[in-house]
Amino acid sequence: MTVADVLLLGLGAVAVGAGLCVVTTAHLVRAGLYLVVCLGALAGMFLVLTAELVAWVQVLIYVGAVVVLLLFAVMLTRAPIGASGDLDRPGWPGLLVGAGAGLGLAALFVDAYRWTSVSLPDGPDGPGSAGVLGGELFRSWVLPFEVLSVLLLAALVGAIIVSRPDVGASDRGAER
Amino acid sequence: MPGPEHYVALSALLFTIGAVGVLVRRNAIVLFMCIELMLNAANLALVTFARLHGDLNGQVMAFFVMVVAAAEVVVGLAIIMLIFRTRRSASVDDSNLLKY
Repeated sequence: MTVADVLLLGLGAVAVGAGLCVVTTAHLVRAGLYLVVCLGALAGMFLVLTAELVAWVQVLIYVGAVVVLLLFAVMLTRAPIGASGDLDRPGWPGLLVGAGAGLGLAALFVDAYRWTSVSLPDGPDGPGSAGVLGGELFRSWVLPFEVLSVLLLAALVGAIIVSRPDVGASDRGAER
Repeated sequence: MPGPEHYVALSALLFTIGAVGVLVRRNAIVLFMCIELMLNAANLALVTFARLHGDLNGQVMAFFVMVVAAAEVVVGLAIIMLIFRTRRSASVDDSNLLKY
């Protein structure tokens, strides 16, 4: 077993276990914290795959921002501290559809690889350091990048408009 | 050295877990967490294939997916807060005004 084997096994087990806990736990806050563990393990896996910048951006955006936002939302809604029993719905239709999706993915996977092993190229083939990725981003992906900045601005403005109580109330009053 | 098929299998597994979570859970915030799980599974596949082919386009796509996911979470949580304010519940089963 090489180092990469051990890392893949360990990080994969942590990611899958934490993901299962997100789906099954009865505590809302714990689901968010398990999500942190899962996303952190995935960031480690990105590092193993030499995607350095993507891994750090994952830590910054997901672990740093998205999960904090989700936990704030948990606090601002009902905020149950203990276990809450009404988190799950009667499960069998969902489980059936989910198992169907999993089986479809597994069939696609087996069809694509047919139990053969493809080895990743050795050496610094895909160094995803900030400099290289930035060069790629601003050389051939400039337009999507700028469109994305407009999208972020639109999301910001939209979130403020949606969550401001006075704007919505005055509009609804005018409608009446 | 583990091959890309291991990473792709892990990605499929995580995606399935997230999909089952979206279908089984009832709280809108946990639904969001499961959607993040699915997006991250897709990101893992993108980064794996970027590594396999030795070019950076997959990593750039993963980067874009993260930014779009951040925007989606911001707008989605604002909508959840609005629904909670009007209906006093974060459960998706209570938002049934559009149901036939």
